[in-house]
Amino acid sequence: MTVKTEAIGKRYAPVSYLVGREKIREYAAAVGETNPLHLDPAAARAAGYADVVAPPMFAVVYQAPSVMPALFDPEVGIDFAHLVHAGQEFRWERVVVAGEELATVTTVADVAEKGGMGFYEFDAVTTDGDGATVVQGRWKMLVRGG
Amino acid sequence: MARLEPGQQLPPLRTTPDRYLTVRYAGASGDFNPIHIDEEYARSVGLPGRILHGLWSMAQVARAQTEAAGGPEKLRALSVQFRGMGVPEREVEVTGTVERVEDGVAIVRAEARQGDVRIVRNAIAEIALD
Repeated sequence: MTVKTEAIGKRYAPVSYLVGREKIREYAAAVGETNPLHLDPAAARAAGYADVVAPPMFAVVYQAPSVMPALFDPEVGIDFAHLVHAGQEFRWERVVVAGEELATVTTVADVAEKGGMGFYEFDAVTTDGDGATVVQGRWKMLVRGG
Repeated sequence: MARLEPGQQLPPLRTTPDRYLTVRYAGASGDFNPIHIDEEYARSVGLPGRILHGLWSMAQVARAQTEAAGGPEKLRALSVQFRGMGVPEREVEVTGTVERVEDGVAIVRAEARQGDVRIVRNAIAEIALD
């Protein structure tokens, strides 16, 4: 297969996400979290947080609305029938709590072809209302040769 | 809370995703790819049946770290590779070992398996120590 590398470096407009208490609780339940910081506003407040704390991997929820349009971008040209999520990285600067409004910017970090497969990497950086970085994600996709 | 010293193993995390876990996780995460929620569709694209979301399995690896470390704020970084496919109704086990400690951060190597199938491999976590 051949890959299109023109999109490397392409940067998409910021996508905002308002973190909700019930969304955190729904996510926490789905991944089996039992820490009351994620589920009980009173417990979170007692620990010094304004509201329930998002589990670290909740980053996928607020980054996905920024990353998915990049994956579907025709200029990137991913063949969805053969798409595999190959790897994922996150670096957290701090935890996120319900009520925060975040913004995520995605960049096409790399597109390469190796051994008949396409490798696509996307960087997603999430910032808070003050512009400080909250989370950096790297989404690694693989397209099997079709 | 586990002592995070070089060579120390994290307490293993074991959980069995029930039959409808992938449906709840799809709703919670927003990832509605039918390979995770539609048995017939999954078979039509050559899979044995519905498979777990890789990011759900990664969340189990993350939970093993935060439970061992004593809180979500301790997890500074996590990188993983997805390889074997996870399936519902089969126990997932996450194991990990502290590889080294440097500048107040424990570096943990971890993986998640279902029986002999490694569904998350080469996981590396950075955990802040107090």
